[in-house]
Parts: sequence; structure tokens; C-alpha cells
Amino acid sequence: MDYNPMELMICVASRYLEDGATVSVGTGIPCAAAMLAQRLHSPNLIILFEAGGIAPLLPTMPISVGDSRTMYKAIYTASMGEVMESLQRGMIDYCFLGGAQIDMYGNLNSTMIGSDYRHPKVRFPGSGGANDFGSLAWRTIVVTPQSPRRFVPKVDFITTPGYLDGPGARERAGLPPGTGPYKVITNLAILGYDRETKRMMVESVHPGYTLEDVQQNTGFELIVEEYTTTPPPTEEELQVLREEVDPLKLVIGREAK
Amino acid sequence: MDGQGRIFTEIDPDRMREYFRQKPKKMVNKVTTVKEAVRALINDGDYIAIGGFGGVRIPTAVLHEIVRQGKRNLGFSGHTATHDCQILAAGKCFNRCDIAYVIGLEARGIPKMTRKYFESGEVECTEWTNAAMTWRLKAAAMGVSFIPVRDMLGTDTAIYSGAKEITCPFTGKKYLAVPALFPDVAIIHVHEADIYGNSDIKGILVSDVELARATKRVIITCERLVPTESFRNDPKKTTIPYYLVDCVIEVPYGSYPGNMPYEYYSDEEHLAEWLQAEEDPETYRLFLEKYIYGTKNFEEYLELCGGLAKMQKLRRLEFLINREGGN
Repeated sequence: MDYNPMELMICVASRYLEDGATVSVGTGIPCAAAMLAQRLHSPNLIILFEAGGIAPLLPTMPISVGDSRTMYKAIYTASMGEVMESLQRGMIDYCFLGGAQIDMYGNLNSTMIGSDYRHPKVRFPGSGGANDFGSLAWRTIVVTPQSPRRFVPKVDFITTPGYLDGPGARERAGLPPGTGPYKVITNLAILGYDRETKRMMVESVHPGYTLEDVQQNTGFELIVEEYTTTPPPTEEELQVLREEVDPLKLVIGREAK
Repeated sequence: MDGQGRIFTEIDPDRMREYFRQKPKKMVNKVTTVKEAVRALINDGDYIAIGGFGGVRIPTAVLHEIVRQGKRNLGFSGHTATHDCQILAAGKCFNRCDIAYVIGLEARGIPKMTRKYFESGEVECTEWTNAAMTWRLKAAAMGVSFIPVRDMLGTDTAIYSGAKEITCPFTGKKYLAVPALFPDVAIIHVHEADIYGNSDIKGILVSDVELARATKRVIITCERLVPTESFRNDPKKTTIPYYLVDCVIEVPYGSYPGNMPYEYYSDEEHLAEWLQAEEDPETYRLFLEKYIYGTKNFEEYLELCGGLAKMQKLRRLEFLINREGGN
């Protein structure tokens, strides 16, 4: 079966969203993954957009997390406060995030590159809702292409909390217990977190790649114990993704970089 | 932990009580023009906040006019700010910014000159998050000076914010206290309003209900003016009541090139042209000259961008109408 890295990441991500769960998504891969899950195995998946759209029946890919597609045949067109307060109340199971940099504890940077906040080398948009979801959703899934430039030993700025500096750090900081990083889905592998050290570990390597490929594209040492080969996208997953979720190839037609 | 970021606005709730006590609440005709609203209600140095969601339900006409009138040294609420931020950055209208999300245009990309403006040091920044900003407005709307929140803890976002760590007197849990945000001016585009300022927003509200309550002076632009009976007969329609509103301007297609839910979709071609223009300083200068500085008003801008034919096209796109058949 032929597929590209975007299709693979979307199909893999969609498998984590069980029926009846709540998931907050942004545009692009996360939205495609949620739409795919809803069409294949989780008809009762509640999709939330941070601008206020709740449980829409997405007709096409939104361009903005607040555009009219996010409220198409929705159950509720609420406010950002309503979504964020549901999140803080413990009602959001999954969130999908990305970032310019990620470290071994899953901390994310979407604010700036450089060592001086007042004089950034490169300025990015900032947290948006990322810090909120990374702080308060039960499980954070990061979907991102993998490279040593992105997977760094230390992020320049912790925009969004992963496990901060290791075991117990989130709790010490005051973040709600039981929340935090869950999986990292890349174009090469599925990564999880070691229960004791809270460091990123290899769970499975995608077909056609080796453990060496994964390690070489990571700027820190990954924990490796037992790992498997990721089941490739099925014919059904690809068909629904290509024909129903993203027929215009707005997401799956992009390069994974 | 005390955040290092500067708090740009008044947070004393008693000073704000005095202000809101004095605010005129008579039901009088508040219809005006874009030019007059910007001239009379927005002063250099004011702190402004824009309703909607960056490129969705934005008051484009007022934003262009702020740039044309050359307003300076504004404070800017960078709360889900995308195309609105891009317009104000084009005029270099602000010099301080509360950042939750700025510069980027979501999935569309990052405009180069807007980014440069933020990297130049001309804009003093304080970091927040989308939830923090909506809750800061909520605190202001409640008439209190802060609200406890559970996000941002442990991160650099908190360190460069203006939040302070506090302990719950009941449970002993850690919270961040985020200060109330009382903007000087809010500009909100709505679907329908009457001449007194009663406003109806269809679909998601983003933070606009909190924003209207929290702000000293509220400018409403609307797709359509409607009779007051429209609200009196169905008070659930009132998203923002008239006594919060200072002026009303009827601006059809007023969110263009942004999306107006249930009316018209965003003009992705024009937004892409703008994004592309920012790649080169000279192209950018000519682009702004053509579309903003060289136009008298928003109507001229709409004409330049394709006029009624373009609006009809965006309307069909909004409703997923395919004239060639199908759904």
C-alpha cells in the first residue's frame, strides 16, 4: 500500500481517539485525524475547537480554528471561555499540539528562538491555546515531523509544559495531577514516555525505517527498550482519508517538514 | 513566582467602578461613521482589543481606518490576533502587546514584515495564553482585579507573563493569579445591531461577551442595522446589550477578507496576496499604498478586491453551494 508521511501520521494519530472521548484540535493534521476517527470507529467523538465550536460535523477542512467549518452542524457554538473552562474542569481527554522545538520531557516551544526573550532571533506566534491544553488536558499528543533541529536537548523557551524537568515536576509546579504528555507521533516513529524517568522513549518504528533513523533524527538520547513496527495505514483508513476527509489534499498534499 | 511581564492596563476595580458608573446608559441613537468613530473614540496611546478570531468576524473597516488616521503608540491585545494584527502592524500602530497568539495567520503561514515588527524591539511584549486572556477579560467583566487559573504553571510563558503565584486559602493548591484586563477600546464586528447598540452575534462568541463588558468604550460594526423590535421580541438574541456600546456603524461585508460565519467565507486569494507581498519591502509598500493608504474608505477597498461579484462568490463558498451541481 502506497502512502505518504502525512497520511501515515494522520492514520496513526486517529487510532488513539476512542469513541465517546473529547478531543481538542487545531487545523491541519489534528483535525484530519479527528475527522478520520469519527468516520471510522468513533462516531461519538466530541471535537472541540478553542474558539468555541463544539461537536460540529465538519464538512471540509477548516482554515482557522474559529472559521465557519468549525461550527457546521455543531451541537454548540460556545465561547473560548466555555471551551477553556471545560478543559480546566477536566472534561477534555486529548489534545493535539505541535511546536518549533520539543525536548526529551515533551516540553514545547512555539514562542521564540534565541537566548534573550527581549531580543529573539526568531519570533513565533506564541502559546495560543497550546499552553492551556498542555497544562490541563488529560493526554497531550504531539504530531510533528522529526529532525534534530526540532527534537532538541533543551528548548529555547518552554511555551507549553511537558514533564518540565522530570518526574514530579508538573505536580510541584501546581499543574493538575494525571495530566501531561502521552505520545509523540512523527514521520518515523511513535514515541511515548518512560514511566519512571518521564523521558521520551521509542514505542514503535514506522515501516521502512530503522531505530537508527529515529535516533539520528533526534537531538537527545531516546530510551529504547522493547519496540514494535507501527502497523501501516490500512486500505480503509487511506480510502476514507483521501475520499472523505481531505479530498482537496489540503493537508495530505503537504510535505511533512 | 512573579511574572516579569509588564501589565499594560488599569487593574484597580474601584477606579473602573467609577468609570462604569459615569458611562452614559441612555438609549440614544449611536449610529456614526467609521472615520468619526476612530477619530473620536480612539486616542494615541489607548489600549485596544479586537473582537472575533483574528481572521473571523473582524472589524476590518475600523482597523484600516486606524492605520489611515495614523494612530500611534497603542496597546494591543494580541489575543487570537492574526489578520487584525497584520493590519495594525502594517501601520506600526502599537508599541506594546499582550501576546497569546500574534503574527501568524494559522494554517496560512507567517507574514514576514509583521514578524519583523515584533522582532525589531519596537513592541514591548508580555506573554499569556488564549485561556489566560479570556479569563483576564472575565475577571474585568466580574469587576474584580484578578482571577485564579491553573494553566501556565512551571513554564517560561508564566515567567514572561504578568501573573503571580498564589495559594488557595481553602485547599492549599497553587494557582496563578492573572490580572483583570480592562481595555480602553474594543472594536467588535457583529451580524446585526440596532441604532442603540444592541448586538447579535451568530455562532461562536470567542471572547466578545467578556470583552464588551470589560472595556471602557465599545465600537460595534455590523453587517446590518435592524429594528429594535428584533431584540425586544426575542431578547435571547441580545449578545451585547446597548448600554455597553458607545457607537454603531453599519458595514456590510465588514469582516472581509476575513470569514463571517453564516454570511461569507474568507477570501484566501487576497490573504495569500497580502502574505506574499510581505516577502519584499517594496512590494509590501505598494500593496499597502494600493489597498489601504490609497483608498478613501472600506467601500473602495471592497471594490478593488472584486466588489459584489467577489462577495457573492464568498457567500456561495460559505454555504458550500456548487453552481455546477452536486451539493
